[in-house]
Amino acid sequence: MSIDLKTIKHISKLSRISVDEKKAEKLAGDLNSIFDFIEKLNELKTDNVEPLTSVAETTLKLRSDEVKSRNLRDQVIKNSPKENEDYFVVPKVIE
Amino acid sequence: MSDIIKQSLSELVENIKGKKLSSSEVTKAFVERSEKSKELNAYITEDYANALNKAKKFDEKSNLDLKLPGIPMAVKDLFCTRDLRTTAGSKILNNFVPTYESTVTQNIWNEGAILMGKLNCDEFAMGSSNETSFFGNVQNPIDKNLVPGGSSGGSSSAVAAQLTPITIGTDTGGSIRQPASFTGTVGLKPTYGSCSRYGIVAFASSLDQAGPMAQNVKDCALLQEVISTYDEKDSTSIDFKRNEYSKELTKNIKGKKIGIPKEYRVDGMPKEIEDLWKKGIEYAKDCGAEIIDISLPHTNYALPTYYIVAPAEASSNLARYDGVKYGFRAEGENLIDMYEKTRSEGFGAEVQRRIMIGTYVLSSGYYDAYYLKAQKVRKLIKNDFDDAYKKVDAILTPSTPSSAFKIGEKTNDPVSMYLNDIFTVPVNLAGLPGISIPAGHDAKGYPLGLQIIGKAFDEQNILNIAYAMEEKINFKNNITDWWIK
Repeated sequence: MSIDLKTIKHISKLSRISVDEKKAEKLAGDLNSIFDFIEKLNELKTDNVEPLTSVAETTLKLRSDEVKSRNLRDQVIKNSPKENEDYFVVPKVIE
Repeated sequence: MSDIIKQSLSELVENIKGKKLSSSEVTKAFVERSEKSKELNAYITEDYANALNKAKKFDEKSNLDLKLPGIPMAVKDLFCTRDLRTTAGSKILNNFVPTYESTVTQNIWNEGAILMGKLNCDEFAMGSSNETSFFGNVQNPIDKNLVPGGSSGGSSSAVAAQLTPITIGTDTGGSIRQPASFTGTVGLKPTYGSCSRYGIVAFASSLDQAGPMAQNVKDCALLQEVISTYDEKDSTSIDFKRNEYSKELTKNIKGKKIGIPKEYRVDGMPKEIEDLWKKGIEYAKDCGAEIIDISLPHTNYALPTYYIVAPAEASSNLARYDGVKYGFRAEGENLIDMYEKTRSEGFGAEVQRRIMIGTYVLSSGYYDAYYLKAQKVRKLIKNDFDDAYKKVDAILTPSTPSSAFKIGEKTNDPVSMYLNDIFTVPVNLAGLPGISIPAGHDAKGYPLGLQIIGKAFDEQNILNIAYAMEEKINFKNNITDWWIK
């Protein structure tokens, strides 16, 4: 198994992290050594094993559908890097 | 009283309750000690002036029935604290000031404790040495060249150096137990679902747990009693009957069956660790426990499983950092460019690496081969523990495969860094409680820890075993205050 630069570019696009050539090469090296280590799992036969999604063996509790906190606008907007009154501001998306 | 900082949490609580000490005296002592200890870099954000004010207010109208009356405490910077910056050790949250409080820290303040500041940690808790923090590495009070472990490295350093009487960390794959082991302190990773995850910056949601880090087992039990509550704000919080861990603590562990898993004898494990483990077995026998050999056959597959599951969950959790709603933003030519630059400049190398791994194992065409496979192996690992617990009450292992390593020693080799968590990761994958207690020193004089793993919800039992063994071990930390000029 080998992760090439093309794959790195693809993952970088999916994860919205920009990488230049130098960084891509470093990441390819790192990821390949990590996946060499991960490949060990292929030694195990798991065809009839149920996947474990949560260790908490309880069913989710139901709760009544009621609003418990309101008027949080100021709190929600407080940490935004850029805002205009009640809105988050982003670069123009419609030409 | 010049010896305030040398007192354990339990002693401080007793002295404040007995009016021999005031909260102001205690808080002042720890603040002064913290101020003289900047070189350790244990704090990211200090809140000393507020702490001293709160202590004064506490003394004016003190409620001595509380469990942590006027006790000052610094906490890992992964817990959201209302109106005090919370960074998770990352540039991307450098200016983030939460408008709400995590349930675990709220529980602590409700019992009368006072926040002193926020402690350094690996970025988003991803690391085993505290070297991935945007705010720089932390020094181990044992020796200036050593890492304090990670990710709760600021926490372990601060407790060992007595900058705070006690603290809390978080543990996703060993981040409480490994730093505790590296600094000669006690660290408990509770059962998954025991402590609420509400308000803790998320790393890997099916693994993350908060827990106490302390100078001794009794203090650890007391804090666990405070932080473990059912919380409807965390859908994975479990509603079970919690013990009064400190009140029910006992050294009587006669007849307890303790398992020794043969698979934890890993290749290349230093003889000192093997010897420590043997000594631990003898201590447990001296306490009246019965030792039973057991097998956890899939132990070797735990780390590869973890390095699929944890990054996969992290890549999803960290998708929220887009530069729009909060946190750091880099300017871009358009929206996508802004996202990509923000995340590329805002996250450090290890976090980016893990997001990439996680994105890859969840991506189209690879999901079954990696993520689903890992979930299946995770089931096998949990089955191993379920089988073992038919025969034993708890399991005894070393906490780490080595003592603390040197700063910079493993930063260029991610896999060798990951191997540090070989004994702690299986416990998170199975959702079990585990505690690390200091048990001896290696030839260099660095502390070594032993881990006791319990059944789910059986914190009381492993605390009792740790409490009994602690007395026999009689560990003394060699700390010389070298950082105080």
